[in-house]
Amino acid sequence: MSDAGERPLLRVRGLTRFYGSRVGCLDIGFDLWPGEVLGLVGESGSGKTTVLDCLSGRRAASAGRAEYAARDGAIVDVLRMAEAPRRRLLRAEWGVVHQNPRDGLRMTVTAGANVGERLMDLGARHYGAIRGQAIDWLDQVEIARDRIDDAPESFSGGMLQRLQIARNLVIRPRLVLMDEPTGSLDVSVQARLLDLLRGLVAELNLSAIVVTHDLAVARLLAHRLVVIKSGEAVETGLTDQVLDDPQHPYTLLLVSSVLHP
Amino acid sequence: MYVAVKGGERAIEAAHRLLAEERRGDSRVPELSLAQIDQQLSLAVDRVMAEGSLYDRDLAALAIKQARGDLGEAIFLLRAYRTTLPRFGVSLPIDTGRMQVRRRISATFKDLPGGQILGSTFDYTHRLLDFELAGGAVATRPSPIELEAADPAACAPPRVLDLLDREGLIESDPAGDHRATVVDLTREPVTFPAPRAARLQNLARGDEGFLLAMGYATQRGYGRNHPFAGEIRLGEVSVELIPEELGFPIEIGTIAVAECQMVNQFRGSDSAPAQFTRGYGLVFGENEKKAMAMALVDRALRSRELGETPAAPTQDEEFVLSHSDNVEASGFVQHLKLPHYVDFQSELVLVRDLRAAAGASPRP
Amino acid sequence: MSRYNFAYLDEQTKRMIRRAILKAVAIPGYQVPFGSREMPLSYGWGTGGVQVTASVIGPDDVLKVIDQGADDTTNAVSIRRFFERTAGVRTTTRTTQATLIQSRHRIPETPLAPGQILVLQVPIPEPLRWLEPREAETRKMHALEEYGAMHVRLYEDITRHGKVAQTYEYPVIVDGRYLMRPSPIPKWDNPKLDRNPALLLFGAGREKRIYAVPPHTSVRSLDFEDHPFEVERWDRPCALCGASDSYLDEIVVDDKGGRMFVCSDTDFCAQQQGRREDGEP
Repeated sequence: MSDAGERPLLRVRGLTRFYGSRVGCLDIGFDLWPGEVLGLVGESGSGKTTVLDCLSGRRAASAGRAEYAARDGAIVDVLRMAEAPRRRLLRAEWGVVHQNPRDGLRMTVTAGANVGERLMDLGARHYGAIRGQAIDWLDQVEIARDRIDDAPESFSGGMLQRLQIARNLVIRPRLVLMDEPTGSLDVSVQARLLDLLRGLVAELNLSAIVVTHDLAVARLLAHRLVVIKSGEAVETGLTDQVLDDPQHPYTLLLVSSVLHP
Repeated sequence: MYVAVKGGERAIEAAHRLLAEERRGDSRVPELSLAQIDQQLSLAVDRVMAEGSLYDRDLAALAIKQARGDLGEAIFLLRAYRTTLPRFGVSLPIDTGRMQVRRRISATFKDLPGGQILGSTFDYTHRLLDFELAGGAVATRPSPIELEAADPAACAPPRVLDLLDREGLIESDPAGDHRATVVDLTREPVTFPAPRAARLQNLARGDEGFLLAMGYATQRGYGRNHPFAGEIRLGEVSVELIPEELGFPIEIGTIAVAECQMVNQFRGSDSAPAQFTRGYGLVFGENEKKAMAMALVDRALRSRELGETPAAPTQDEEFVLSHSDNVEASGFVQHLKLPHYVDFQSELVLVRDLRAAAGASPRP
Repeated sequence: MSRYNFAYLDEQTKRMIRRAILKAVAIPGYQVPFGSREMPLSYGWGTGGVQVTASVIGPDDVLKVIDQGADDTTNAVSIRRFFERTAGVRTTTRTTQATLIQSRHRIPETPLAPGQILVLQVPIPEPLRWLEPREAETRKMHALEEYGAMHVRLYEDITRHGKVAQTYEYPVIVDGRYLMRPSPIPKWDNPKLDRNPALLLFGAGREKRIYAVPPHTSVRSLDFEDHPFEVERWDRPCALCGASDSYLDEIVVDDKGGRMFVCSDTDFCAQQQGRREDGEP
């Protein structure tokens, strides 16, 4: 292992989570490289969200390692970290985009405060500058500037999701976890959001892990895929290869189930 | 010419004297004795002992007299007195299984060993004001009740829930270790999440009205747990202590308690076959409605440990336990009577500034 | 009152409270849970302050008790009498002569000296309480220094009102670490908390918490660089003593809206009036 050369941003090995005797996920392993988007695909209940939850600390893993290369150069196993340093790390270096944007926003404070909060968490103390950054980010996610002082309760589903994205990206995270980012949106709105995400990922050189059951989303956003069935990884590879030339029967089933017009 | 307000001391002294006069009321009316309060308002005495967390009928009666019948104020008096009392030991846990029951009923079975003993209860009275009681002079003494020879089983009847337990139908009550240290809410503050012992202590001293409301809410769907009154028993239990010098337990007295055991919503899974669950209530004195409400709330607060997702405020431990104490509640609500003019002045300054900035009314 | 121990509380209880105080002093601004006892005063009326005072007071102490800055308000009178009866200590209205001061809602205008102890009565100790009702959650936020929610609150105030709307109980950071609620003192008094040579103790009886700011500790009121913390202003001096550097009470003098502004700190005002009569500045 060389420090000078490239090393994965996140190296996951043997990630396992049981719910009682039921398998949530079993022996999941992958590498995530800087600037790469990895898709975890499978049907509902396949265990892909469990993987994300274990990484973000929302659930405790039963076994496995997840070695993350932090901004300061240290390599830390996020599955073994104590709660305090893990929460600090997440606040400073990761983003988590929830399927339901209400889970990732403060619904009763203004859009500006939602975007500015993580800056304030990290010590920002100039109201004008915080507000300026919030305005910039509203522009980036295509929310009208004059909504900055509105509470998100009045926002549409698509706007909420874009606000959640802005709230996460404002601190320029090294890694973003996304759980069905378009899952709760109408089809027409999804397309616009996906375009936005693609643009932001490219522009900011983001690394991300995207959980989705929608292969169209996977194809648009992810460079590589891990196909998960019943908690286990059955196939991995470059997105186009996996989707155009699936090897595993389950992948074949998934691909062929997609409705074509 | 303005002169600064003075004379707070004199005002307070005068207020105390007025209070003493009004407490006594019309001096032509005979003064209440503690014995009258204890005997003829015994349920009030029971409540004050329960929420005052101090079992002493005379002191409770005195508190009621001093508080002019305001039970909340009486409870406060008893609690404050309790603070000053030294502790010389901890008793053994009382054994309600050996209670000398005066009343014992179960809604889950028509008949059972020990029988259904109504005891003295308001339950089947018709709530009609009895003007004979207003008489003043004792009109007719109620004729002494002929008691049948006591059924031995009636003195210490077996517990209904033990009957269910023997069949494995109800979750077991974990056998406690008598020597294990139990948290003492009167010595340390409750921390969340709270162990069940702390919750039960909090509820035992909690305000009866609040618990009734919470229990009622569970029955109406806020944290419904499908209760049946497995057993309610009222009576005397022995209080025993092991003095260091002797090394064996001695009885230091008896106290009256009311106990309620609820049989609640059963639960089961593939790995664990179905069983009923429990709710428990225990109070000083005869206040069975408080014991029942306590059992409903106890069960609601056990939702998490029983694998239920808490959804209602009745199942929110912090919400229930932080607001159950009427001494705290009364104090804080009434503290609003204290002067707050310094903080109010601060707000006035701000509001006037904001209005001036918005071009509204001019400053004074 | 002879059947009660000196200062009412038994020695065990005092020891328990003093241990909590020592822990509080060792961790400035951190709320230490303690086994608050029922006192002869109602919860909400100063039981925390009284327990702290009862635990530190000695027979040689000289005690001052104020409420809203005045010695003669009814609750201050009641608490002072309580200690006169249970501890028999000397009492005073002069800030400079007191060794121990128990106060509700004000810090005396007269600067405190090393060796003095100020005990403040606290209704709600938790600064994050209005943002997060659950104790289990706020404990974690303090442990992890996650105070973002409080800054969001200030940001929102500035967005909605153009300035921070908190006028009393203004949140502070103590010794660069813990977020603290300084009891319902007006903003005006916050600067006095910073590097005060006296020991500042805070007692919340109903909520069962004690916290402390040791002498010479930094206490900074939360603000933004471009919206710095500022105190109240009046456009006239005290009508009785002429002071313009003291917190003023507003007195309604007639039913035509006539107003008069007078020092809230009665001892300070009396001293100022005395100095004016003597021809001092």
